[in-house]
Amino acid sequence: MSAPFVEQVEMSGHIVDSLLLPKVLDAILSRGGRYHIVTFQIGERQDDTSYARIEVRAETAEQLEAILAEIHPHGAVAIHPADCTTVPADMDGAFPDGFYCTTNFRTQVRLKGEWIEVEDQEMDCGILVDAEGTSARCIPMVAVKTGDRIVVGRQGTRVLPPEAELRKHELFEFMASPVSSERPKAVSVREIAHAMKRTRAAGEKVLAVLGPAVVHTGGSELVAKLVRDGFINVLFAGNALATHDIEQAFYGTSLGVSLDKGLPTDEGHEHHLRTINTIRRLGSIRRAVEIGKLTSGIMYECVRKEIPMVLAGSIRDDGPLPEVITNTLEAQDAMRRLIPGVGFCLMVATTLHSVAVGNLLPAWVKVACIDINPATVTKLMDRGSTQTVGIVSDAEPFLRSLVAELEAGNSSN
Amino acid sequence: MPSRSYALWLPNWRLETVRTNPAGKMSVSRGYSQPMVLPAMPQPRILMCPPDHYGIEYEINPWMNRSLGAVRELAFRQWKNLRDALVSLGVQVETLTPQPGLPDLVFTANAGLVFHSTFLSSRFRHEVRARESPYFEAWFAEHGFTVEHLPENMYHEGAGDALFCGDTLFAGYRTRSDATAHQWVGQQLGVRVLPLELVNPRFYHLDTCFCPLAAGEALFYPDAFDAYGQRVVQTHVPKLIAVNEAEAFRFGCNAVVVGKTVVHNSRCPEMAASLAAAGYRSIEVELDEFLKAGGSAKCLTLRLDGEEAAGWKYTTAAA
Repeated sequence: MSAPFVEQVEMSGHIVDSLLLPKVLDAILSRGGRYHIVTFQIGERQDDTSYARIEVRAETAEQLEAILAEIHPHGAVAIHPADCTTVPADMDGAFPDGFYCTTNFRTQVRLKGEWIEVEDQEMDCGILVDAEGTSARCIPMVAVKTGDRIVVGRQGTRVLPPEAELRKHELFEFMASPVSSERPKAVSVREIAHAMKRTRAAGEKVLAVLGPAVVHTGGSELVAKLVRDGFINVLFAGNALATHDIEQAFYGTSLGVSLDKGLPTDEGHEHHLRTINTIRRLGSIRRAVEIGKLTSGIMYECVRKEIPMVLAGSIRDDGPLPEVITNTLEAQDAMRRLIPGVGFCLMVATTLHSVAVGNLLPAWVKVACIDINPATVTKLMDRGSTQTVGIVSDAEPFLRSLVAELEAGNSSN
Repeated sequence: MPSRSYALWLPNWRLETVRTNPAGKMSVSRGYSQPMVLPAMPQPRILMCPPDHYGIEYEINPWMNRSLGAVRELAFRQWKNLRDALVSLGVQVETLTPQPGLPDLVFTANAGLVFHSTFLSSRFRHEVRARESPYFEAWFAEHGFTVEHLPENMYHEGAGDALFCGDTLFAGYRTRSDATAHQWVGQQLGVRVLPLELVNPRFYHLDTCFCPLAAGEALFYPDAFDAYGQRVVQTHVPKLIAVNEAEAFRFGCNAVVVGKTVVHNSRCPEMAASLAAAGYRSIEVELDEFLKAGGSAKCLTLRLDGEEAAGWKYTTAAA
């Protein structure tokens, strides 16, 4: 139950002794609404007053209206702030001073007396209101054009509390602290498998963000299987993952190390460069698949299954592969376009791509971050992606468990 | 049970003698009807307005019916009987000059709320009664009170809906006054206010169904409140005398308390007996002509020095 119609009310005075607060809360529930107490200050002495700010939620506008009408006589008064304030951008590529800075939490702005959901929710952006003043969306700084109506100040904006968001999604309650190496992995992996299935069942997409260690540790085939089985629907990675995945397909090595024997092969250090060169000569990874040059691995499966992917470049890349987007702003935009519809995100063995994607995801998309280094998860959370839960594990063992869990679940279904 | 006699220290510092008979029933010694005052309390003062222009000229509560107009002479006689009863109890009755076109000016309880020397003027729900306010305000200003007002967007009908019982202001809302107005008043006066929803339109003011007798003691008609309100009253008023339906509809709860005497409408025998058992003397005054407008003894009076049950008046006396 999403109960999308929301209004905040406040009550003050002797609302505890007089039972007005429980009366109002009961009235909300008995009319089929829900509430969340945003703020509650309770008086300490008999003549002290108390204060409560209550978020009321309902399934329909009419239901919300009926609840508000019922609780109003008991002193629960709707907080009616003014509309949000907008200022036209005075230059390209920058917000006006005092711009409202977004979070990754669900945000609404008040336009013409109505609360409007901000679209494309993303942290560290501004909010653009359309010319008609009827819709709003997050916009990154670089995308601002002179004359754009940008929200300034906090008036007429509200961020729906993360607690309420958490209650709506029942994923991951099992994890009290978000990252620890001292945790039974099997339980966590089972929950992640469960979440991926639920995401798929809900018609949402699972996004995988993968680092090259997936291939180095021998996890390429496992990811390929996840793609084949429809458990990965969008892929974000860098030049390295794609290169080593194709290297493995061409030479059986990753960064020159034989994935069968675990030993460096002769002239193995050249393999990845030869791989890149081959693909560049063909024009694209897709072409390599089409002509039967590339016949296995993650890239092969993604091309075959038409999985949308973004390969974002970095300054240390060799080559890079033709599909790699070397302009970081363009890469960001390409990723942004693929985020709507994502319900779950799996980040394996990558720090930079994880943080980059974490910045783009709204807080209600749950993230599982798997890394051998606990600091990766911590970094992600410190940058605001608090919806993340982490598993400290090397890539391949995790992927093997995940595939096993997904298969076990399938056979029991 | 043997007969006993013992002295009670009451919150207003009056010494009364209460006796229990062998059946355990209590009665107050009539010999003490003139209270011994320790220390001396000021003479009780009550504002009343003669019913020269009283009548049923509009209908703003379920009691009012213009086709059953009040008999003015009878009303006048009943009003005088009430005044005389109060005077006989030692009350100094102040008189507000009646005004033509303001039939409900007789119901002085609704003028506003008295707190020490402050008069918080009512904001009436109905325009026909809002016209009374300038007259009440002029009287209070002339008589040394500081006249205060509520914010314009609130409704509050004074002592009709806000009654002190001890240090707490019990407040009726929904029909006439707003819960938010009561909370505002509580904040302004620095007292605890407990808004109680009035769920029966016949009991449209709190003083029609709740009457504080002393700190922690009150008459009330439970069915005028919902379950929350009943619970609040029961929690915060330890000694409650429930009034039965028939007598509640006679407006038995709309009573005037002077010391240990309760003046109320006639034909409320059960309530009178309960009052006697609780140590109060009850005086019946027939006020049926005013019941036609939805008022009775309490509505016709406004205590100027604080009701007997109001905690603040004793802190003033002590100071």
